[in-house]
Amino acid sequence: MADVFRKMGSMAINGIWQLGFIARFFWLILVYSGQSFTRIHLTLRELYFSGVMSLLIILVSGLFVGLVLGLQGYETLQRYGASDSLGTLVALSLVRELGPVVAGLLFASRAGSAVTAEIGLMKVTEQLKAMDMMAVSPIARVVAPRFWGGVISMPLLAALFSAMGVFGGWLIGVVVIGVDDGAFWAQMQDAVDFRYDVLNGVIKSCVFGVAVALIAVFEGYDCVPTAEGVSRAITRTVVSSALAILALDFVMTSFMFRG
Amino acid sequence: MSRTTMDLWVGVFVAMGIAALFFLALKVGSISGSDIQSPYLLSARFDNIGGLKVRAPVKVAGVLVGRVSEIRYDNERFQAEVVFTVDGRYKFPTDTFANILTSGLLGEQYLGLDPGGEEKLLAPGDVIKKTQSAVVLEKLISQFMFSKAAEGEPAPAK
Repeated sequence: MADVFRKMGSMAINGIWQLGFIARFFWLILVYSGQSFTRIHLTLRELYFSGVMSLLIILVSGLFVGLVLGLQGYETLQRYGASDSLGTLVALSLVRELGPVVAGLLFASRAGSAVTAEIGLMKVTEQLKAMDMMAVSPIARVVAPRFWGGVISMPLLAALFSAMGVFGGWLIGVVVIGVDDGAFWAQMQDAVDFRYDVLNGVIKSCVFGVAVALIAVFEGYDCVPTAEGVSRAITRTVVSSALAILALDFVMTSFMFRG
Repeated sequence: MSRTTMDLWVGVFVAMGIAALFFLALKVGSISGSDIQSPYLLSARFDNIGGLKVRAPVKVAGVLVGRVSEIRYDNERFQAEVVFTVDGRYKFPTDTFANILTSGLLGEQYLGLDPGGEEKLLAPGDVIKKTQSAVVLEKLISQFMFSKAAEGEPAPAK
């Protein structure tokens, strides 16, 4: 019995320890960001690997999510004779929730895991230590560019996801099923507000970008430097990013879209 | 991969992302506030506002002229006070009638204004005196049922 309490206690202390470490790590990234921005090509390179390389999966899944929303939304709306509101349904659910959240989940598993693996492997092969020996800060050289690459690409990817989803909904609703084109766009524009809906969605995706990028670089930097440790760190990145995205989404939705 | 082609791809990616944001802003959403010019405030008191909400449209003859900006309860008159902004291009006579209407059978509620024939115009901050409350479906049904019951009463007396 006492053993259980001892375990719980050590888990709690470890969790708080890690929280403190991650906060300090975040602060260090911000401090070294200026130094890493002086060599902007490093960040551009990461933007290429996490942003451009995620483009295909984001666009294709956005299209499919839009297609499904169009089909399912039409199915329900036409029972109430409200199939003209299909555009509203598709656009609002994408811009407010699905765009940032699903794009964030995809981004975490596509780009976040790769970043963790890369940094973790650098740690295993002692490249980070070698940099430190040469008075090159590994945080400025390795971590900060990957962090900013993720933070910058996330909102862009979420916007592309939403846009592609709206296009998918339009494709199913207007082209395949035959909802009126004018009603589709007019109802959508009537219901979707730029500040209230679109901008809040962008804020969400920025927050998810920071969360996913921070978790990915931290897990890589903090991993146990063995083959097993790296693989565990990658798993932790995907799992904690997904949890962080969903929990943060709930928190932000509850104060953004009240009433 | 040489650096120049990579830069090109990053540029394409960022441009696409910004284009998607513009698409969401302009085609999917509408930028609010830009269509109402030099707004001024009016208010109206209602016995019952039904399901009227803040940011609900204010319409005259079906045309959007403003939005509801605030709804509060007046504890001295026991009435709801609805404050709304109106586009500065439009002026209304002092005997304008304010109704709470519903768009469609299940649609949203909005504030409808019916301009009267008075020559004096409402100044900013004025209160519209002639109002009609929202139609509450339960009241309507109970009235209908009571009137039906009243109709049926004389029959058994015979």
